[in-house]
Amino acid sequence: MKQTTHPPDHRSAGVRHGAATVAPPPGPGPKRRRPTSTQWAAWAFLAPVTLYLTLFYAYPLYRNLDLSLRNYTVRSFVQGDAPFTGLANYRKVFDDPTFAPALLHTAVFTAVCLVFQYAIGLALAVFFHQNFRLSATLRALFLVPWLLPLIVSASTWSWMLNSESGIVNAALHAIGIGPVNWLTSPSWALTSVITANIWIGVPFNLVVLYSGLQSIPTSLYEAAAIDGANAWQRFWRVTFPLLRPVSAITLLLGLIYTLKVFDIIWIMTKGGPADSSTTFATWSYQLGFGNLLPAFGPGAAVGNLLVVAALVFGLVYVRVQRKQSL
Amino acid sequence: MNSSSRQRRLTAAAITALAVAVTATACSSSSGSTDTKGAGSGTYTIWDPYPQFDKTSDWVKLLDQCGTKAGVKIKRTAFDTSDLGNKTLLAAQQGNSPDLLIVDNPVVSTLAEAGVLTTTDDNKLDTSKVDPNLLAAGQSGGKTYGTPIGANTLALYYNKKVLKEAGVDISSVKDWKSLTAALEKVKKAGKKGITFSAIGTEEGSFQFLPWFWGAGAKLTQLDSSQAVSALSLWKDWQKNGYAPNSVQNNTQTTSWQEFASGDYAFSENGTWQLANAKKAGFDYGVLPIPGTDGGNAAAPTGGEFVTIPVQQDTGRYATSQKLVTCLTSTDNLYNTDTTLSYVAPTSEVQDKQVAANADLKPWVDAVKAAEGRTSDDLGTKYPKISEQMWKAVQSALSGSKSPKDALTSAQAAAK
Repeated sequence: MKQTTHPPDHRSAGVRHGAATVAPPPGPGPKRRRPTSTQWAAWAFLAPVTLYLTLFYAYPLYRNLDLSLRNYTVRSFVQGDAPFTGLANYRKVFDDPTFAPALLHTAVFTAVCLVFQYAIGLALAVFFHQNFRLSATLRALFLVPWLLPLIVSASTWSWMLNSESGIVNAALHAIGIGPVNWLTSPSWALTSVITANIWIGVPFNLVVLYSGLQSIPTSLYEAAAIDGANAWQRFWRVTFPLLRPVSAITLLLGLIYTLKVFDIIWIMTKGGPADSSTTFATWSYQLGFGNLLPAFGPGAAVGNLLVVAALVFGLVYVRVQRKQSL
Repeated sequence: MNSSSRQRRLTAAAITALAVAVTATACSSSSGSTDTKGAGSGTYTIWDPYPQFDKTSDWVKLLDQCGTKAGVKIKRTAFDTSDLGNKTLLAAQQGNSPDLLIVDNPVVSTLAEAGVLTTTDDNKLDTSKVDPNLLAAGQSGGKTYGTPIGANTLALYYNKKVLKEAGVDISSVKDWKSLTAALEKVKKAGKKGITFSAIGTEEGSFQFLPWFWGAGAKLTQLDSSQAVSALSLWKDWQKNGYAPNSVQNNTQTTSWQEFASGDYAFSENGTWQLANAKKAGFDYGVLPIPGTDGGNAAAPTGGEFVTIPVQQDTGRYATSQKLVTCLTSTDNLYNTDTTLSYVAPTSEVQDKQVAANADLKPWVDAVKAAEGRTSDDLGTKYPKISEQMWKAVQSALSGSKSPKDALTSAQAAAK
């Protein structure tokens, strides 16, 4: 066991090998070749992940950026000679009458979904944490929305909310309320897609927060109970603060999921009627693929705005994390 | 642990990593090599928008037969029709176009504009037998980019029982006024009036066009008074409860399902529903869509074109042309259009179809009167106009704008 013990941090490994060749440590085996071979090994270990990152992250991102900076028509898309136009596509997107409503809908959709998903998820997690009989079964049932393919749940929702034959309007009718045009009225369409998305997002919050709850030691609750704290106080003084790190990551992941929600909205309303449920995600698709003559440039520009938004919130999260750990 | 075993492990790891990398490159290079289809390879690719047909269907058997006849193997891939245009553009960008492409007719002019399709001058296809109004959808700038495999269009299906109960004589329905009067009677009798599809996609524009053209409006002028009258007709039907609110989210399939429930008097739908109409279990009739002051409105032509995309190896066109000729030969066209529930694009086959099935007569007439959406050299301007048109329909029906305002802003945006 006399040979060099490699330091745990691999970044410095390559640097130290130079020194190792000059003064080879005693030990059996061909000493000259070893450093080069480990160096090769280091590169080889790095290669798959680098290759993967370049192929599946860097290149698509670069292509998307490139698409958004050029003036693509169908002809230049195929021939690959689209002229570079700088920020013209972005300017076009910002000036579009759809921009302001889409921004507002994206913000409202994301914020409302996050708040309700988190609140309902937390309430359910605390509820299931009591471990009553059948709680495991019930909890499993709550996961169903998560397990269903999005196209199934979105189609079911749009069927339930149908103005003519939907079960929701039938139920409203039974209790004497007139029909609501859930999906076809500009004032209700956004509410309907938000409701459906909350339903889909609750299980995720439930699962993550439930596992967070389990990591809080019971002794803390016992101590609080002995000190005379009631259930409400125990929740706000013990559970909630100790859940903060888990809550932060749940909300961040939820935010990224919600920002890019496309399928539900597209299946239920196609972003309509009259753009009343258009978000950046559906607008980007609409521009790029929604009509017979695709506008790839502006579509990519809107997509990039979404990437930037997600990135900003990711950085905020990292920053908050760092502050907490200090 | 000695150094040699350590080294062995490292070498093994390096080899594994290398193998992974090599496999990755091998994958990409092998997918790259499929682009270069040599003329001698003998396999011809065909893309079509008929995912409903599997290997055992007559359509795929016909493709294989035509391949055998031309002495080549056929590799067929089916796509969802709304996906096919973009898939083709992407494939063309990668130099990966199929040899034969069967594509929805309004997409042809876009693909032609992109330089993806060969003209009939290049590929020597004979289109002389095809009805000119159908061929027009595949023409742009004086060039023809393919040949229709079949055509369909829209008309009004009606439920005879519902009309009888409401006391409507179908022969009295001649123009918009008498149609609206009929709808009113149906509603009074406690039944539902008419369903159509006003969804915010190309389907919505397709369904609106017969009324738009029937009013005398032109696609180049979306905010004309005629256009407003057509949109107001739909809006008023919905407002008065003659048409359900769900039309805004109806595809042509869901609109048909509403009609098939047996409660509705009328449904605006296409030739392709004929087979389903027979299964619906009630007595139905078909009526051409009336124009505003009588006569028949021009409906848009639907249906696909067979096209030959541009290839690097121009030697492939000769075989592709043989394949198309085989697919669109009189006998095969008859069989294909029967399978697809389409009207044939040539009078010769149309006569044969009507002789075999008298139900097709109103449809053949409607197809003869139909107009291509991209005709009149609208070409690639059509998609933009169409998008604004369906948006205007959605705005007006949902009540966010009046028909006039909706069409005014549509015209401003489509310019």
